[in-house]
Amino acid sequence: MLTVFKREISSFLSSLIAYIVIVVFLLVTGLFMWVFPDYSLLDFGYATLDQLFIIGPWVFMFLIPAITMRFFSEEKRTGTIELLFTKPVSDLQIIMGKFLAGFALVAFAVLPTILYAVALWFLADPVGNIDTGGIIGSYIGLLLLGAVFVSIGVFASALTDNQIVAFILGLFLCFFFYSAFDSIKLLDLPVKVQLIIEQLGISAHFYALGKGVLDSRDLVYFGSLIALFVTLTKTVLESRKW
Amino acid sequence: MSVKVAQLTKIYGSQRAVDGVSFEIPEGAIVGLLGPNGAGKSTTMKILTGFIPQTSGKAWVHGHDVETNSLEVRRLTGYLPESNPLYLDMYVQEYLHYVSGFYQVNEPSKRVKEMIERTGLGIEQHKKIGQLSKGYRQRVGLAQAMLHDPKVLILDEPTSGLDPNQLVDIRALIKEIGKEKTIILSTHIMQEVEAMCQRVLIINRGQLVANDAVSALQRKVAGAVTVLVEFSEAVQAKQLRSLPGITDARNEGGNNWLVTGDAKTDVRKVLFDFAVRSNLSVLSLNQRENSLEEIFRELTRKK
Repeated sequence: MLTVFKREISSFLSSLIAYIVIVVFLLVTGLFMWVFPDYSLLDFGYATLDQLFIIGPWVFMFLIPAITMRFFSEEKRTGTIELLFTKPVSDLQIIMGKFLAGFALVAFAVLPTILYAVALWFLADPVGNIDTGGIIGSYIGLLLLGAVFVSIGVFASALTDNQIVAFILGLFLCFFFYSAFDSIKLLDLPVKVQLIIEQLGISAHFYALGKGVLDSRDLVYFGSLIALFVTLTKTVLESRKW
Repeated sequence: MSVKVAQLTKIYGSQRAVDGVSFEIPEGAIVGLLGPNGAGKSTTMKILTGFIPQTSGKAWVHGHDVETNSLEVRRLTGYLPESNPLYLDMYVQEYLHYVSGFYQVNEPSKRVKEMIERTGLGIEQHKKIGQLSKGYRQRVGLAQAMLHDPKVLILDEPTSGLDPNQLVDIRALIKEIGKEKTIILSTHIMQEVEAMCQRVLIINRGQLVANDAVSALQRKVAGAVTVLVEFSEAVQAKQLRSLPGITDARNEGGNNWLVTGDAKTDVRKVLFDFAVRSNLSVLSLNQRENSLEEIFRELTRKK
């Protein structure tokens, strides 16, 4: 697992993907946080990091499938998957190696935004008067959301030997799980059903964590979604044996 | 037995890619797996390396079942897949270090250096794999297959697409490695089998049609020995055909005759005795062994 992880990380670094992902993420979130007049924290007047946590998932939705699209599709296209699967490691170890590499890159992209929180601390009036709990909860939510997106991306990549297809599929699945349930629930349905549908989507759980309450139900939700996509990936990869 | 295969069958859809193949390979042998395209060579190798499972039948590598004890089998085998897939964006050394990470290799750096030396990658070792020529990529493929000192090497068409010089080098390398390891290599070049292998397995349409020592096969299937002889004087075809054990005699122009005898007869001796009796001189005498290529064609044409 560690071997696969290390190779993916060094591949990120040597192919510039890592730098581009981190720069683009910081640039987009930075612009929305501090520069764009309609959204900027400075104009907004409230000492919150809401902009980051609203825009973050949408940026991830594009960036993460771009990170993960080559994970298995490239190996399938070039045939190196045959070498990988004849090494003495289990399929799950290979999947987890790639998943963790993708997640590590996401975490590294998020890490510098802690500076935003620090800046906010000093901007607040009085200094330090910010919703620390909510911000920590949001960060945990953002990382978990990133992890789910990575697992979706890994799954999409395992489905095809075409990177573009993997990207589009990953993007669609991320969008679907993040936001589609919020729209579906607006259909003319009984309120109980609406609430259930809302709970199926990522955004409901993401914003619940953003309130600063680490509810085990939200954590379980993210955990099971990751487990679901890792299992699906494993099933797809094992289909070579059918 | 180093590798044992019993009634191995692989069915893709309705096609029987491998159909009831059984063979045993002793330790330290170099075995050629021969067959026309699509005969089931690669499929057999993929099953042996644990990449895909068989539909039925069993296969063992050093006593470990390839299906139930796949990880142990993978540890014991080195595999060079057909078309030699590699990560083109990695450096040679980086790649070999990466591969060593999958195995418990003692002192990986030393081992990588050793492999680079053995496969003659020395001058190219600091390049990216994508920059290497095909011959050198093939060496990288071999190096990664041998890195963890496997007991069994499975090489799927290790010499395809190489130029004649590279061919000689890679063959010599494989022969050298074969002194200490069991090697199964697939090819459809017959000279390669003659040059490298002790045994040959011929597969046609998923079925094993020959499993023999290379030299035995040459005699067995040909069933005949052909000699090109030049006499000092003219002789009649009739005279030659009437000799004991001689089945055919064809004039090849002048006093050259192509004489075929059955497998039990030493045609050269018969011809020499004939010449002495008839007061002729033999100017030249060449035994022509039927090439494996003809045997191969004969075996794989049937059906």
